[in-house]
Amino acid sequence: MSPSPARDLVVGLFVLAGLAALAWLSLTVGGVDFDRGEQLVLRARFDELGGLKTRAPVVISGVRVGQVSAIALDPDYRAEVTLRLDGRLRLPADTTASIVTAGLLGDRYIVLQLGGDDRLLANGDEIAFTESAVLLERLLGKLVHDAGGERNTRGGSPEGKDGGP
Amino acid sequence: MTTPVRALGFLAVRAAADLGAAAVFFAQVGRCILTPPLRLRSIVDETWKLGVLSLVVICVCGITVGMVLGLQGYNTLVRFGATESLGAVVGLSLVRELGPVLTALLATGRAGSATAAEIGSMVASEQLDGLRMMSIDPLHVVVMPKAVAMVVVMPLLSALFIACGVFGGWLVGVRLLGVDGGAYLTSLETSVDFRDDVASSLLKAVIFGILVGWVATYRGYTSAPTAAGVSAATTSTVVIGSVAILVFDYFITALWGVGA
Repeated sequence: MSPSPARDLVVGLFVLAGLAALAWLSLTVGGVDFDRGEQLVLRARFDELGGLKTRAPVVISGVRVGQVSAIALDPDYRAEVTLRLDGRLRLPADTTASIVTAGLLGDRYIVLQLGGDDRLLANGDEIAFTESAVLLERLLGKLVHDAGGERNTRGGSPEGKDGGP
Repeated sequence: MTTPVRALGFLAVRAAADLGAAAVFFAQVGRCILTPPLRLRSIVDETWKLGVLSLVVICVCGITVGMVLGLQGYNTLVRFGATESLGAVVGLSLVRELGPVLTALLATGRAGSATAAEIGSMVASEQLDGLRMMSIDPLHVVVMPKAVAMVVVMPLLSALFIACGVFGGWLVGVRLLGVDGGAYLTSLETSVDFRDDVASSLLKAVIFGILVGWVATYRGYTSAPTAAGVSAATTSTVVIGSVAILVFDYFITALWGVGA
């Protein structure tokens, strides 16, 4: 086939479009993150993650400011979570990190609530105040247990009801 | 008495010989890729035929599949009040399975059959023999550029298919059914992982490209030099190619450790 500049241009555009789609899939959707500017890396320990995964969002007032970059078990068998946040954030030292759920059964994510301390969290610091995930099963179990207990105190057995003190 | 058994034996021997010949063919084409010249000119021309001309089919199918996924996913998710996860459903289905598999099936039908028919009719009109007579290796001139172009084109087409599909799902989910646009993209981005999803999707596309390129060129190259031979080569390219894609898809998925 003879060389044709117009066709070569279209082939080039096709390859570029394909590579652009690949890049979009890998970078935006797949979340391969290069170090985009400065980042604030913080750690936080929790007793219960309740299904928190890496790449889960970290939000302040509902605005996404970063993500969970790593989850590991520390020597005391508590979950140590590494948060990778926007480097422009200035967080007070008494900031609280809580694991919450989107909707009733949705994904877990981390909410940061800012405190009022004058000192700021620096890169690599640990967030001291954390709130673990609430497990729905445990909550339901407690509810059932409490309801059962309440019925018992009202008088579980017939004798107790008739000849109570 | 022994005739059916003998027929079975004959079939088995022929299948084994065919597979062996295909493997030798694969190795020969592989050697052609490593031997200069690269024949970039022919590869670009084949990329035009196999890739650019498949673009309309791939994009239309991608958008349509994404729209169907959006509708079906929405109807299921709305029962659980979890329509914010629509992006995850559409994205994961497309990236993990539908993108590479449907692209490969479409490419087999659109480009693989054309490749087999082209090489087959070259065999039928003795063009390859003419090349051999001039001591030019037809594997290097005719087969290698087509096979290479197929492998190059497949991941690109697959990525475009997935992008179109995500757009189609967005059209139906966000524009038509009123799912929040931010939630659609966020659930897409948080659920799709690079290593588990995007990398395996790419690997699948490349392997399917090798499979389709291999089957199409081999069937064309070994077709009987008649009109019926060319038609048989085209048919078996589509059949064997499609079956091989689906079988390999299972094994790649299982070996990549999705189940573990």
